[in-house]
Amino acid sequence: MSYKRLTPYLFLAPAILLFLCFTAYPIVASLILSFQKLEGGTYVFAGLANYSRLFQDSVFYEALKNTFIFLIVQVPIMLFLALVLANALNSRLLKLRGVFRVGFFMPAVTSLVAYAILFSIMLQDTGLINQFLALFGVENIKWLSTPFWAKFSIIMAMTWRWTGYNMVIYLAAMQNIPEELYEAASLDGAGKFRQFLNITIPQLKPVILFTAIISTISTLQLFDEPYNLTNGGPADATLTLGLYIYRVGFSYFDFGYASAMAYIIVVIVAILSYIQLKVAGDD
Amino acid sequence: MKKTSQKTNKLVSKVFLYFFLLVFLFISIFPFYWMFVGSTNHTSKMFTNPPTLTFGDQFMTNLTNLNDSIGIFRVLFNSLFVSLVFVVLSLLVCTFAAYALSKFKFRGRNTIFMTFVLSMMIPYQATIIPLFRMMTEFNLLNTYFALIAPQLCFPFAIFLMRQNFLAFPDSLIESSRIDGAGEFRIFWSVVLPSMKPALAATSIYLFMMQWNNFMWPLVAVNSPEMYTFPVALSSLIGISMIDYGQIMVGISIATIPIIIFFLLLQRHFIAGMLGSAVKG
Repeated sequence: MSYKRLTPYLFLAPAILLFLCFTAYPIVASLILSFQKLEGGTYVFAGLANYSRLFQDSVFYEALKNTFIFLIVQVPIMLFLALVLANALNSRLLKLRGVFRVGFFMPAVTSLVAYAILFSIMLQDTGLINQFLALFGVENIKWLSTPFWAKFSIIMAMTWRWTGYNMVIYLAAMQNIPEELYEAASLDGAGKFRQFLNITIPQLKPVILFTAIISTISTLQLFDEPYNLTNGGPADATLTLGLYIYRVGFSYFDFGYASAMAYIIVVIVAILSYIQLKVAGDD
Repeated sequence: MKKTSQKTNKLVSKVFLYFFLLVFLFISIFPFYWMFVGSTNHTSKMFTNPPTLTFGDQFMTNLTNLNDSIGIFRVLFNSLFVSLVFVVLSLLVCTFAAYALSKFKFRGRNTIFMTFVLSMMIPYQATIIPLFRMMTEFNLLNTYFALIAPQLCFPFAIFLMRQNFLAFPDSLIESSRIDGAGEFRIFWSVVLPSMKPALAATSIYLFMMQWNNFMWPLVAVNSPEMYTFPVALSSLIGISMIDYGQIMVGISIATIPIIIFFLLLQRHFIAGMLGSAVKG
């Protein structure tokens, strides 16, 4: 070793210091807080009280259910759409590839708050989307004020925002698939669809897994969209875990209870990531 | 005979392909157009039948109204200041750390790296309450410090930069050591200059992250003159009489610079957003 032993630690020091203060400490403090309750102005140990209260809280179940609906419906639709679009764009013969790629990616760079507000305006009863649908004879849809359509609206908005992002990841990964695989399949008489199913998807497996995990983690934390589009309504139909934690923490200032809920998300993230790795992993 | 039918088949699938892509292109970019149109029209034009799709002359009125509601220059300054300071500091901290983690062998290296990587899995919500209490305790709510400091050590940026340092030849560092250069000098004048593309991509990623950040600023700041732009925008939709004209100007201002920036630098942009997801 030709450098001083301390050198690497000096380079690391600022990061470690900041990490300890603003990441490690809060993670631990939050866990401790989740076992505490406010009594007479101070937090006291309350065992599993917060957690047992959670399991009897119907609003929590509603938030949990909604979050999972978003996860189960939106993530697969978005990832599948992204795969199909990437596959369509991957052909070298296609003209205007760059234009399509940039255009599809554009929603992914806009501010989450700005796009959520934009969608909330377009989805008003007399808004643009209903006007457009009226051209095809579709009756006025109450997008934001009925439980079903409010959920649908959030799913639609998220799909608009994130599909292009995932598409670009797939597109980049597709460039690394050896051309010979397709040529060989072509000679064997496999059509484009077969090639997509039997070559593209298996070759992209690690990348699909990566996008699935990232999307799962971010959907479980979903906050900006429901806050700005529907504020959780109508009747909590779009209330997510992230939004409920914010409400409990910063409207009711029940920090212990909110922390317990945050840790439920930590546990769910861990379990789902583990399952996804197991299912899609190379066994 | 067979040849011509194959040709028509190809043509049909090609037409179908372009149609499919054009529909999606339209869906992707039309909302932006409508937003710009909206920002130049009076609120009442947002909900007319048939929809208003042409530019109007109300932009300045809407902008004035928006400024009256949220103090647009102040909140834009806040967002820009916070984002730029964040990018510079975070880039320094994370690049230093990434360099140590990729170019030196020392005890605890893997543990530290794995801790950083695993912390990316911890949801935001699990840290936000202790952070809030910490800032309250030290009287730091409504300060730039509160907005900037908590995420400076950004594990994903460390991860990105580390990937790039790994590709840098060790022999160059060794030979600089033999020439007697100090460690910091080697880092600064030998290694960093060849990292420009990686630094560009990482800083774009960090900038976007901070510029769009919403939940933490919403919690850390409650006086309107310290609002960041997203928080100020969001505050506009809570009130009863919503003036959509000024909101459209607001979200256009939040979007236009990013889009211009994106169109100019889209290669770096996409690299920054992708990270090393694709290299693995």
